[in-house]
Amino acid sequence: MEIGIEHYLTVGAILFSLGMFGIFLNRKNVIIILMSIELILLAVNINLVAFSSFHHDLVGQIFAMFVLTVAAAESAIGLAILVIYFRNRGSIDVEDINQMRG
Amino acid sequence: MIAALAFYMFAGLAIFAGLMVVVSRNPVHSVLFLILAFFNAAGLFVLLGAEFLAMILIIVYVGAVAVLFLFVVMMLDIDFSELRQGFQQYLPLGGLVGMIVLGELLLVLASGLGRPEMVRIPGSGAVRIAQDVENTAAMGQVLFTDYIYLFQAAGMILLVSMIGAIVLAHRTRPGVKKQIIADQVARTPAESIELIKVETGKGVKM
Repeated sequence: MEIGIEHYLTVGAILFSLGMFGIFLNRKNVIIILMSIELILLAVNINLVAFSSFHHDLVGQIFAMFVLTVAAAESAIGLAILVIYFRNRGSIDVEDINQMRG
Repeated sequence: MIAALAFYMFAGLAIFAGLMVVVSRNPVHSVLFLILAFFNAAGLFVLLGAEFLAMILIIVYVGAVAVLFLFVVMMLDIDFSELRQGFQQYLPLGGLVGMIVLGELLLVLASGLGRPEMVRIPGSGAVRIAQDVENTAAMGQVLFTDYIYLFQAAGMILLVSMIGAIVLAHRTRPGVKKQIIADQVARTPAESIELIKVETGKGVKM
């Protein structure tokens, strides 16, 4: 059967919902939250590239590359923050972050 | 026919891997399933004709970002059992919200199908994909000419992120001897050389 754009957009929508579901479920575990954010960004990339391909417009792929760049930069900083948080505290319990004020 | 089969295989594996990322007990398993999801998304990109982006996804996302995740997960020795406490409690609420979001997205999708004004005329886009230029060359032709400012800005973002990560994670360890070049260069002969008159037969006490 013919694979149309709606198939790819459905895949993107399901991955996006899975990423959101993951953030909801793993509220205490920062690493899984970061990985769920990566899943959300992957879903957005699939959407962009699908539109680029079916509308014969290269802008979608350019945009997807910039999204990839920013996602990589944000992962690096997020993991660096996680590492020093763990260094200072000994655990990565997200709910303790509010003890940093003051 | 083969394309449809390949699409369903890649899409099914990507969704399965995405589900296993969020429900795995072991975070190392989660990272490995994330890598599987990235590989299958790269396969989907190849099916869509964006092979440059597919290879970039594998090289950068899997080869750098996912490996970074793996390093961090293995380096931090964390007891994950207490972090999963809220799992069962938030499962129904999370499932409900996830279903609502998915339902909304699919509703938008379904309402946009088949309406003639929704169909884009190919060729009316901003950057038309030419048939005889391959994907990598086309991306290069567009990226370095029309979007050069965004390209440089992306480079700046990566530079700032690299400096930020180094500054955050860097620590000075006590007891490590390092050269301080400024002190070495600022030495004057007055403080480093001393002329002593040595008497014959007697040595010099250092």
